[in-house]
Amino acid sequence: MPSPTLQKIPVTVLTGYLGAGKTTLLNRILSENHGKKYAVIVNEFGEIGIDNDLIIGADEEVFEMNNGCVCCTVRGDLVRILDGLMKRKGKFDAIIVETTGLADPAPVAQTFFVDEDVQKNARLDAVVTVADAKWLSDRLKDAPEAKNQIAFADVIVLNKTDLVSKAELAEVEARIRGINPYAKLHRTERCKVKLSDVLERGAFDLDRILDIEPDFLEAGSDHEHHDHDHHHGHDGHDHGHGGLKHYHDEEMQSLALRTDKPLDPTKFMPWLQNLVASEGQKILRSKGILAFSDDDDRYVFQGVHMMLEGDHQRKWKEGEARESRLVFIGRELPEQIIRDGFESCITS
Amino acid sequence: MSDFEPGDQASIASVTDRVRPVAIGAAVTAIHFLGDRAAFVGAEESVALVDAEGGISRVTVHGGGILCTASDGVRIVMGGDDGKLAELNGKGEVAVLATDPKRRWIDNVALHPDGAVAWSAGKTAFVRSGKGEDKTFDMPSTVGGLAFAPKGLRVAVAHYNGVTLWFPNMAASPEFLEWAGSHLGVVFSPDNKFLVTTMHEPALHGWRLADNRHMRMSGYPGRVKSMSWSAGGKSLATSGADAVIVWPFASKDGPMGKEPTMLAPLQARVAVVACHPKQDILAAGYSDGTILMVRLEDGAEILVRRNGTAEVAALAWNAKGTLLAFAAEDGEAGLLPL
Repeated sequence: MPSPTLQKIPVTVLTGYLGAGKTTLLNRILSENHGKKYAVIVNEFGEIGIDNDLIIGADEEVFEMNNGCVCCTVRGDLVRILDGLMKRKGKFDAIIVETTGLADPAPVAQTFFVDEDVQKNARLDAVVTVADAKWLSDRLKDAPEAKNQIAFADVIVLNKTDLVSKAELAEVEARIRGINPYAKLHRTERCKVKLSDVLERGAFDLDRILDIEPDFLEAGSDHEHHDHDHHHGHDGHDHGHGGLKHYHDEEMQSLALRTDKPLDPTKFMPWLQNLVASEGQKILRSKGILAFSDDDDRYVFQGVHMMLEGDHQRKWKEGEARESRLVFIGRELPEQIIRDGFESCITS
Repeated sequence: MSDFEPGDQASIASVTDRVRPVAIGAAVTAIHFLGDRAAFVGAEESVALVDAEGGISRVTVHGGGILCTASDGVRIVMGGDDGKLAELNGKGEVAVLATDPKRRWIDNVALHPDGAVAWSAGKTAFVRSGKGEDKTFDMPSTVGGLAFAPKGLRVAVAHYNGVTLWFPNMAASPEFLEWAGSHLGVVFSPDNKFLVTTMHEPALHGWRLADNRHMRMSGYPGRVKSMSWSAGGKSLATSGADAVIVWPFASKDGPMGKEPTMLAPLQARVAVVACHPKQDILAAGYSDGTILMVRLEDGAEILVRRNGTAEVAALAWNAKGTLLAFAAEDGEAGLLPL
């Protein structure tokens, strides 16, 4: 039996700075022989070159929720469009929302957290960011939106890799990893990527939070031993070790916490809630797998800015290390405050 | 009162045996009466006209989803995701009133008794007067709802952070009623004294039009999607809670400083309400498929339809109040003659 979450219509959010190749990826998805029908929500009506039956123009209207929280924003137009689309249930299998190059992905994601009707019918599958290998490094310096889109991504399609040298590619990847080491990164030419790499990712599905290791650790690199050799530039500092260039972005970064001692749920939950309430504007994404004292279940959570959702996921397996791991991606994260707060939730 | 099983011993009067089932066979988005024929407006493409004997004739109106409807009893005007504004009359004749050049969705529609029609696509509101003159007005944000005032040619346009009162035939600049948040539905009270909006948050907001005083009507567990004025406009019945929430509008202060009445509580969310056109009775449809008739005065209930099916999608009374039509989201529908 599929779980109820999987019966909801999956929504993929496609972001990326102007000219990175969003439309190319969109057309690739639509033209592939997958037998599925997509409803496509684009940011500008009558945009050229999208070949699909069901295309809806969106206005990208960002509304503040009436709860006094400035970062609790939703896409009002998306609420309306999804409501209208649900009248045509059965005519499509999934929805793709393409945002403008200048859009912040957070209001789109938050729409799925706060709107009851949207939640009833649809689920956010993943935020996919298309990045231009040639120009992303420059955009990260001059366009805060580009940085946001990288930080927010579950999947990054690093496109136009044929237009850069190996060294340039390594450079831009290192910059991406300096901001978001957790997203799945795919190097592409003309957005040639397997559909299964960008669709049906379940990135916001609590049941599918399995692992929150940095993506590039799989490649066997080691970034635990920071041999800090700071060369401050405008945008950060780089330091090499083992041949892998490593950037630390001064503004946007990720913070990973881990402990093999159980957490005290009566301390941890209030701490986490207070943290996102006070620092939620800075925290773009958060995710965690938690081992609580006197609890045989794994607890998982994820969040976007101030909005959190969490649940018991499953029993810890026999022999599985009962380790708690948390990740925050955000802007100017108060690292020491977060580390100290986390430490205080560990049972002694 | 949460369960009507077993049927025989129900502690509540029931008229379920008098309902004539109608198989619409497709999702219904609204019901309107054109004379004594009930028009079940589908979520997509067509309208099923059902006569009192249960005979069905189908008319295709749109080439896609039907997003909004309004009726004056003579015709139904509908907006679709095909960018068309279409009209259906009692003879089953369809006419296209307007086509959006960019094929934008027609999100909202409203009708005036003198024949004027208002509609919106995105941020633009349109009015066509009874004489056929078109006027347009661009709003600061997407239009959430439209309503004609009962008197004069005045249109309330709900949008983000308030409502604009637009007088299409006057040079005067529109009046703006401000209230933070996203306003979706909008209605005037029948006596033209109050304006009420449904909000994206689970709340209503109201203004007394004489002095623009605010009325906050909150406390709902879910968003309010259905509002209906009782006969004579003395009270406003609303969906959004596990009971019908009825706000008093009889006094000059409306519901200011007053508690609403809660009628017909069930362990299911009220999805649709429709007040009887002549008597102080309303019909309420719930998320579990239950339909009740409720007397406003004392909350006495009569069961029209049992629970255990899809959510009730639409309810409507004919003008005389002798027929109640209903439909659930799965297309199961019925007519109840009284």
